[in-house]
Amino acid sequence: MALSTDLVVIGAGPGGYPAAFHAADHGMDVTLVNEESAPGGVCLHRGCIPSKALLHVAKLLHEAQDAEQWGVTFAKPKIDLDKLRDFKNGVISGLTGGIGQLCKARGVKLVQARGEFIDSNTLRLKKPDGSADELKFKHAIVATGSTPVMPPFFDLGDDRVMDSTGALALADVPKKLLVVGGGYIGLEMGSVYSALGSEVTVVEMLAGLLPGADRDLVRPLATRLKEHFKAIHLKTKVASLKATSGGIVAELEGEDVESPQTFDRVLISIGRRPNSRGCGLENTAAQIDDKGFIKIDKNQRTADPNILAIGDVAGEPMLAHKATREAKVAVETLLGQPAEFDNIAIPAVVFTDPELAWCGLTESEAKAAGRNVTVVRFPWAASGRAQAISRTEGLTKLIIDPETERVLGVGIVGAGAGEMIAEGVIAVETAAVARDLADSIHAHPTLSETIMEAAEGFYGQATHSFRPKK
Amino acid sequence: MAREFLVPAIDEGVESVDLASLTVAVGDVVEAGAVVAEVETDKAAADIEIGFGGTVTKIHAAPGDSIKVGSVLLTLEESAAAETTPAAAAPAAPAEVAPAPAPAASAAPDSEVPVAKPVAVAAPARTAAVVAAPSSAESDDGTPAPAGPATRRLARQLGVDLHGVSGSAAGGRITQEDVKFYVKSVMERGGASGGGGGYTPPPLPDFSKWGETERVPMNKIGRSAAANLSMCWNVIPHVTQHDLVDITELEAARRRVAEIAKKTGAPKVTMTAIAMKAAAICLKEFPKFNSALDPQTNELVYRKYFHIGCAVDTPNGLLVPVIRDCDQKSISEIAAALTDVAGRARDGGVKLSEMQGSCFTITNLGGIGGTAFTPIVNYPEVGILGMSRGRTELKIVDGEIDERLMLPLSLSYDHRVVNGADAARFIVRLGQLLSEYFQLAVES
Ligand SMILES: Cc1cc2nc3c(=O)[nH]c(=O)nc-3n(C[C@H](O)[C@H](O)[C@H](O)COP(=O)(O)OP(=O)(O)OC[C@H]3O[C@@H](n4cnc5c(N)ncnc54)[C@H](O)[C@@H]3O)c2cc1C
Repeated sequence: MALSTDLVVIGAGPGGYPAAFHAADHGMDVTLVNEESAPGGVCLHRGCIPSKALLHVAKLLHEAQDAEQWGVTFAKPKIDLDKLRDFKNGVISGLTGGIGQLCKARGVKLVQARGEFIDSNTLRLKKPDGSADELKFKHAIVATGSTPVMPPFFDLGDDRVMDSTGALALADVPKKLLVVGGGYIGLEMGSVYSALGSEVTVVEMLAGLLPGADRDLVRPLATRLKEHFKAIHLKTKVASLKATSGGIVAELEGEDVESPQTFDRVLISIGRRPNSRGCGLENTAAQIDDKGFIKIDKNQRTADPNILAIGDVAGEPMLAHKATREAKVAVETLLGQPAEFDNIAIPAVVFTDPELAWCGLTESEAKAAGRNVTVVRFPWAASGRAQAISRTEGLTKLIIDPETERVLGVGIVGAGAGEMIAEGVIAVETAAVARDLADSIHAHPTLSETIMEAAEGFYGQATHSFRPKK
Repeated sequence: MAREFLVPAIDEGVESVDLASLTVAVGDVVEAGAVVAEVETDKAAADIEIGFGGTVTKIHAAPGDSIKVGSVLLTLEESAAAETTPAAAAPAAPAEVAPAPAPAASAAPDSEVPVAKPVAVAAPARTAAVVAAPSSAESDDGTPAPAGPATRRLARQLGVDLHGVSGSAAGGRITQEDVKFYVKSVMERGGASGGGGGYTPPPLPDFSKWGETERVPMNKIGRSAAANLSMCWNVIPHVTQHDLVDITELEAARRRVAEIAKKTGAPKVTMTAIAMKAAAICLKEFPKFNSALDPQTNELVYRKYFHIGCAVDTPNGLLVPVIRDCDQKSISEIAAALTDVAGRARDGGVKLSEMQGSCFTITNLGGIGGTAFTPIVNYPEVGILGMSRGRTELKIVDGEIDERLMLPLSLSYDHRVVNGADAARFIVRLGQLLSEYFQLAVES
């Protein structure tokens, strides 16, 4: 007998499981199909969560080091890698176990299988034991996520050449690590290994780290990374990788780059690819664009009336919180509610030290679009809290429409920027004007005051920063 | 102490009123609650009561003036005994207006706070917004409407295009109250005048639940026609006047001329060309039909030329090429111009400029059939003449039963510009020109 369900959700990442939960909470009969045994997707197993657990440890190591300047000296840390790995894995299993329980509590049927569309109403379920089932559905939400890009000429079949998954596995602490790609994943993992003791070299093909972020925000981060990393080579390409018994030999092409160099491990972090192939979408009316993303409308609907798509497989930016929001929109669309993915601010956070976070319009986007904006900056040197924690390299900036005074974008670099950006998101998303931020009381002494003072700057002077009149 | 009395809010959405009369003069002593003026809005007349007492020292407007809600009407010298609670300064007419908290009435007695909150809910800023795409939160240039997620969701639910709503908060930020107030005022206006209400239709249901479907995108002509027709329909209060015109003799004469034309190679004279000529004569006699209403200034713009558009059914959709100066052209010249431009319209060879500038439009469906229809006026024109298929009817002529060819005419017009009697006169005069074709010959 064929199985049947109202809604099948394929993939149990931060897109898929919230979709399944939301639908079940609204009385739908939901089956959640996930290839891996535990739900959670990339985010929980080999993405956001484990990387943040390790970055937390990295931060602690840095702070212990910094404490020397304040007269507190710790002994050189001893790192028990097995224990550290256990801590990280414990975090993962705790969270994924929690999702499993929430599935049960909500009556979501969690099925471990690989899902492949046979047609617009039928999914083949390939079980790990080799058996297969067919599942009839009325609607499907595709949330199959993404996979690290590993070009064939880097794929030596040697586990010393890793993707982010390999790096998070924490097999050892290589003496010399090459990070290929200066995006957020490369810089985050590079920071982890550097804190654990690796000599980290980053190569980036483009002229700057973290393309997409405003340069003035990247600068303080780049300065600090240069202190911790052995080298950051911009406009540099890896021409080849060769596995030798002494290490991975990398030929590097760029200005003033020593080449070849030998590394104990190499992390390839040059991007991610949507998982849109191999799940039978060609047997449905859903369409895939030339980058491999499933084409969707503002309601997450694909070209197939029965099928919706969310998360990494449905387009940029490939971020967990975007996936979760899209999950809500998709389910509400099915429920006939007036939902639409019309979000203005999707925060981007780089969890390095310092952290870098932004949302809404960036200054470079405004420039590129020829849009007239006023940019106000508040340097953290003028923040009492930043002084107290000795993190004065930070910067808070607001992108403001000079006419309506509406806050169009917020960018922050500095300790804790990832938590602070929430205020920026609310401001941009709810169309707050600079006066709203300037006139709201921000607790003292906190770094959040820098947002208030930046907004004050729009109207002339910020209390703690004086700009001589022109 | 001097205190100003401001024009209070009379009704939701009313931004200014006409001052009909004043019941006070300089030097008068008035008491709180006294009627000081009578005003008129476009809907009603209302008495204005003052909320505080004192001696009138200055009057800021004269009867007949159009005065803005919130502007100063009177200055009074308050007597010590007079009531001075600003909060009591309620106007007589229903004052509960403010959808959002009105600016708090402060205790400063000499800065009277207007009761009306200036939530301007005028016509949508851009009439094009009338047919906005289902996505309501972004404007053409991609700037999101200044509203938070909850407000945007509400707008989607109510089918409101946020770009037509003016926000009451700082920076033009739109609140949920603004959206509700907007919908209310649009409904009260009957969704008619002004700009069409800015509604976006709710999304379609999933039709595939009931059977097979296919999606075909509309072509460009179709899309712009749809946008334009929705705008016309929303902006113009339409009335259609029907009539039946005896064209037995005209048609017989037309056939004779056509026979001759066949031999000489002269252009074929069609009923449409004749109707265009007759319409040009009527437009001259009834200049309002040749005018346009300027929504910004409320002026009628009378055009001293008589260009008439003619709807042409092409494989790509409806096009309306324009024949210039129909008053100066003979029927045969009109026919020649029409044959030329209609042919090119069907082949896609008609220039945009040839489809602009018409004062009036004729659409003839007689070749296909039908007894009558209600054509949509092509904004900013104020009239359109629809022609259906001529049909033979038995008619008593001079006591004899006779078979006559009757042409059904349907004249739609903008009722803001043209009143019903004028429209009836227009169609009767037009019918007369067509049934007494010699008159048409004489007058052209
Ligand atoms: C190192 C790293 C750090 C990151 N850090 C952050 C961060 O800090 N913040 C952030 O927002 N994002 C971060 N991300 C990105 C984030 O992990 C993704 O955006 C997010 O996981 C996408 O969620 P998703 O639900 O679309 O898909 P995924 O999380 O990729 O989940 C998809 C699931 O579907 C399963 N699946 C795939 N195909 C099938 C099939 N045919 N049948 C059944 N199951 C299938 C997969 O096995 C997987 O479990 C990070 C990613 C990496 C790699």
